Amino acid sequence: MLDLLIPLLMIIIAVFALAKKQDVYSALLDGGLDGLKLLLSIAPALVVLLTAVYMLRASGAIDLLTRLLAPVSRVFGIPTETLPLVLLRPFSGSAALAVGADLMAVYGVDSPIGRTAAVMLGSTETTFYTISVYFGAAGVKKTRYAIPAALIADLTGFVAASLTAQLF
Amino acid sequence: MMGFVWVGMLALSVCAALLEGRLGVLTGAAMEGASAAISLCLSLAGALCLWSGLAKVMERAGLTEKLGRLMRPVFRRLFPQAGNDPVALGYLTGNVSANLLGLGNAATPMGIAAVKRMKALSGGTEATDEMCLLIVMNTASIQLLPTTVASVRASLGASSPFDILPAVWVTSILSVTSGIVAAKLLRRVTRRA
Repeated sequence: MLDLLIPLLMIIIAVFALAKKQDVYSALLDGGLDGLKLLLSIAPALVVLLTAVYMLRASGAIDLLTRLLAPVSRVFGIPTETLPLVLLRPFSGSAALAVGADLMAVYGVDSPIGRTAAVMLGSTETTFYTISVYFGAAGVKKTRYAIPAALIADLTGFVAASLTAQLF
Repeated sequence: MMGFVWVGMLALSVCAALLEGRLGVLTGAAMEGASAAISLCLSLAGALCLWSGLAKVMERAGLTEKLGRLMRPVFRRLFPQAGNDPVALGYLTGNVSANLLGLGNAATPMGIAAVKRMKALSGGTEATDEMCLLIVMNTASIQLLPTTVASVRASLGASSPFDILPAVWVTSILSVTSGIVAAKLLRRVTRRA
């Protein structure tokens, strides 16, 4: 079922666009260029952040932090190894991606930790960035309960990701 | 903001290295991390390029509008005020459907336009209840296909990069629902106070 999903989806999208008399091929190329530009724009951030992540890991700081925060993560049922990802996720998308990719590489991409990291990345957003962009651009001064409500949603996402990554 | 986070990360690793007597490995780790980032970018590039291409096809074929039209009845319920304003409703459904399809570049301008229109309707500079609801729906990711993560998984040799989909969907539904419930509850609490 899942094996068919992606290929089928690609065909459906393309056929739908052809039916709408769109130039599918040039859209693919234009979009692809956008994708590469996006990658180029996050590359420096990934370099800078992965440098820090590698230093944190080699120095033993991540182990120390993990041991220190283990009781907290146990309460929520979140694997302690994913805590750096959980802490960075609301602030920076590329930092979270760097840490998440590192977790997948270190623990194995199909391991419980690697899968949990992937589900976390796939089901949460850069909360503070989103709030500041939306409210900032629209000139909304008082955010009221938007931040607490969004953070509750994030926490639910992290806890749920820890469960669902193993269930499915 | 990120500057402080980064300096904090470096300071923390130097302190930890001092404590654990691992100062010798820090320089090597820094270089290794920098080069790992570029390897990650390179291995991501192909899949990301492909998905961005498909995203552009969806955008040009008008899939966003189609999905938006399907969602209208739900949005009239969720947003009683903005849902009755055709302009705001258009931005709202556009924002959410672009998010569902993973078209971040299209979602953000429409989300901002929606908040602007809602602000004009309310006449104040304070976030309305409906704005908070929209924010929650945007900060709890509702992307149907998490293509970036799947690309990372593929680049690391995952047996089936998209097999996290059911878990991602269930998690997204749970987090969006809890966000909406939290917003509704906080709305009551802040009103009473």
